[in-house]
Parts: sequence; structure tokens; C-alpha cells
Amino acid sequence: MSPIGLFRTSLAKKFVMAITGLILVGFVLGHMLGNLQVFGPPEAINKYAYFLHHILPWEVLWVVRIVLLVAVVLHIVSAVLLVIENRKARPETYEDQQLIQASFAARTMKYSGLIVLAFIIFHLLHFTVQSIDPAFRNLRFDIDGKDSQDAYAMIVLGFSNVGVSAFYILAMALLCWHLSHGVSSMFQSLGFRNEIWRTRLNRFALAFGLLIFAGFAIIPITSLISWYGGPDIVYASEIRQATENWDGETPIYVSYPESAKH
Amino acid sequence: MKLHLKIWRQKNANNPGGFEGYDLDDVSEDSSFLEMLDILNEQLVDKGQSPVAFDHDCREGICGMCSMMINGHAHGPEKATTACQLHMRHFKDGDTITIEPWRAKAFPVQKDLIVDRTAFDGIIQAGGFITARTGSAQDANLTPIGKEVADKAMDAAACIGCGACVAACPNGSAMLFSGAKVTHLNSLPQGKAERDRRVLSVVHAMDDAGFGNCTNYGECQEACPKEIKLDVIAKMNRDYALASVRSFFSKAG
Repeated sequence: MSPIGLFRTSLAKKFVMAITGLILVGFVLGHMLGNLQVFGPPEAINKYAYFLHHILPWEVLWVVRIVLLVAVVLHIVSAVLLVIENRKARPETYEDQQLIQASFAARTMKYSGLIVLAFIIFHLLHFTVQSIDPAFRNLRFDIDGKDSQDAYAMIVLGFSNVGVSAFYILAMALLCWHLSHGVSSMFQSLGFRNEIWRTRLNRFALAFGLLIFAGFAIIPITSLISWYGGPDIVYASEIRQATENWDGETPIYVSYPESAKH
Repeated sequence: MKLHLKIWRQKNANNPGGFEGYDLDDVSEDSSFLEMLDILNEQLVDKGQSPVAFDHDCREGICGMCSMMINGHAHGPEKATTACQLHMRHFKDGDTITIEPWRAKAFPVQKDLIVDRTAFDGIIQAGGFITARTGSAQDANLTPIGKEVADKAMDAAACIGCGACVAACPNGSAMLFSGAKVTHLNSLPQGKAERDRRVLSVVHAMDDAGFGNCTNYGECQEACPKEIKLDVIAKMNRDYALASVRSFFSKAG
């Protein structure tokens, strides 16, 4: 099919929304599970990061990245076309229309989506391109004699900034909001939903959205608690000690306590 | 009962319209909504004014002509009720009632509360039929159909094409109407032979007429006076996906 054919009909655009949405939801779930390794020893998530960047063939990593980028672009292009057409289809509004069924989440998909997009761009600059804090690249970690990045320290240090953490938590709340309509809607758009499953899928979508919110938001929350004097759920005081008086050039090695190594 | 009516008046399709207020005394609680408008029109004619134009035909809830938005609800606030079957006892003495025509790009206002629903005819002409001989009716039960299938088709066939789904949809989408036609005919053996051609043509006709897209709000289902469910949209989505894949491969091979 030509790319124009992909967006030609109303239903084709909805299929694009549903399928790209499904790909992105799958990624989000995997990303969240990967992140939760931060609650293990620092070595766990650092080894995982090392695996993704150095052991996994780079072709695989880039195929995944390109698929995700294409999915995001198609999801947005399709959404923009749908919104424009929908506005055209209803040029005049009613004096006072009473909506009965449409959920607030459903009506605000375009806004929650836009804020999540802004978040994704910031997040990539923050932790993937790492152009926001110069210290990130210099956080080093030794995995069985191999020099690697200390992703664990990077996460905790990144979330020590209250503003950044607040933005992450807000974005995840909006993602939960977006998924509470989207995850149920994609079944309808692809034709896998009926009156009985509609209520079940709506509940599932809300539960899934909340799970994603909780799984992601718990990391900035615990990082903030540990960083600002609360109980050390993550090794925040060690990371603070190592990064506090950094000269801006030399590699930083966080000295984790013995207990962190198992 | 006494009522204050706020009604959309528009001379014709080319002139802009606006709301006008009317006071109506002595409305019987037992009169239907359309009878209440009849009373208003008689008074307007007596005063030498132009009556409010509105569509109506059977007045028993089966023709789908009475199309009007009453207080922000398609066919008024009662569930599963057309405007003609809505009775004034559901309103209170002294109420202000706002009455507007359906609003959608594909349903241009002709005059006052009357809209042009020719776009629906276009969808029917595209696929709301079966290409079978039109001679005498065949014997009853000649083609056995399972009860569940028959029920599903019958539920979809209850659509009267009133346009409330389009009117209630914030996107002016005709998915519930089109889905009802596709589900009705594609479920039955008589219509199955042409199911791919039907669903493709119906969706294309719907898009060409300028209806919006489905955002799965569910407003159409709530507004439908015949209680047609979103299931018909899911069925149309599924049939369209399968039909697109089959037509793609049949063209390729």
C-alpha cells in the first residue's frame, strides 16, 4: 500500500492509531519492567543497560528504535489528520450539548498526547542523548573489569532535581490518562470488542494505565525521598557524596556499600 | 403547563440562522413533543408569522424523520425515545426548552429544524442492500439462520436512519448508522456473498459525504432511539480490515 493509502480512509487511520498504539504500549510496559531493576543492586540495572548498548547487536537496537520512531510519527500524523477531519465534520456546535457517555480522558486525548510527546522529547535528551546534565556521561561503573556507565547513579541523580521529577510524575499521570481510553479503544478500532467486553476492557485499560503510572512514578518518588534525607531506598547518599564536589571532568565512581553488591 | 421555547430559526440553507424565544401557555402534559410544536405553529400562523419547520412523518417512532436536538440531547433526554414519542410530562411547568437542528457538515440545515440527510441515502446506495432477485418473497425459513445471528442482524436492522448518532457525535461521525447497515446485511447469509464489496463501499461513501471519524466516545449509542450498540461499529471495523486485506491480495494476485 502506498503511504497515502495508509491514511486514505477513516477506518485505515483508526487502524494506524490502534496498531501503532499497541506497539508503543508494548514498549512502555517493557521499559517499565526494565526500570524496576533500579530497586535491585546497582549492578543489576547497570548490567541490563550494558547488555542493551553493548552486547545486543547494534542492528537490533536500531531496528527497535526505528520501529518506535515510525510508530510515534504515524500515531501523531494519523491523530492530526483525524482531529482536522473531525473539526471539519462538525463546524457548528450546539447551544448546550449534554454529553452522556464520552469520558473526560477520551475528550482530552489530543492534549494528554501532546504533553506526553513533549515529555518524550525531554526524556530522550535527558537520559538517552544525555545533553542536559554533563555529569551523566562521567558516571562510570565497573562490570567484571569492563568500563560501563553507571545508569543507576544517573537515574537517581537525574531525579534529585525536584522540577524534573515533578515533570516526570505529571507526564506519567497523563500517560495513564491517555492509556485509560487508548488501551480499550484499540480493541474497538480493530473490531475486537463487544458490549460485554467493552466494560471489562475499559476497566482493564484503567488498571493498566494505573500500573504504568505506579511502575514509572515510584522511581522519581523514591529517588526524591532518599535524596532529601528520607530512608535510603536507593543509594542516594553515596551518589550525592560522589557527585557533590565534581570537578566537571574526571570520571565519577560511586562507592556503593558492600551490601549493594548482592 | 407553561413553557418558554428557544428555537433555532433559519430561513433557508443560504441564510444564517439564530435563536428565537416563544412563550407557550396551556400545554397538556399528555401531548407529545411534536404536538406541542403543532400548537405553537397554529398560534404563529394565527398571528401571521411563519411556522417552525420541522420534519415528521409516522409519529409512532419508526420512521426516523423527527430530527431535533432538545436541551442538548438528540431526540430529547429520554432514553430510547424519538422526539415524536417524547411526552411533555417529562418536562416541568416553567421550563425553558432549547430546540436545535442536527449539526453536522454532512447534514446541512434546510430550514429551521429541518436538515438534509441525503448523505445517508448515499451510504445506503453504496451498500445498504443485497443484489438478489426482487420477485416474490421466498418461503419462510427456506434459509435456516441461527437464532444468535438472526438476533444480531435484527438488532442492527432496528436502525431507522434518523441521524441522532451523527447529531450526538462530537465528530459528526456516521459510524453507528453505517455499522448498523453493515452488521445487518453482512451477518445474514443473503448478504454475506457481497460483504467485502459492501463494507468497502459503505466506508468510502461515509468518508466522501464528509462525516467525521470515530473516537470511541460512545455518545451515538446513548443517543440512538433504537438502542443500537457500539458492537456494530466493531463489526464494521473488523469486516473492513478483512475486506481490505482480501482486496489487496486479490489485486496483487
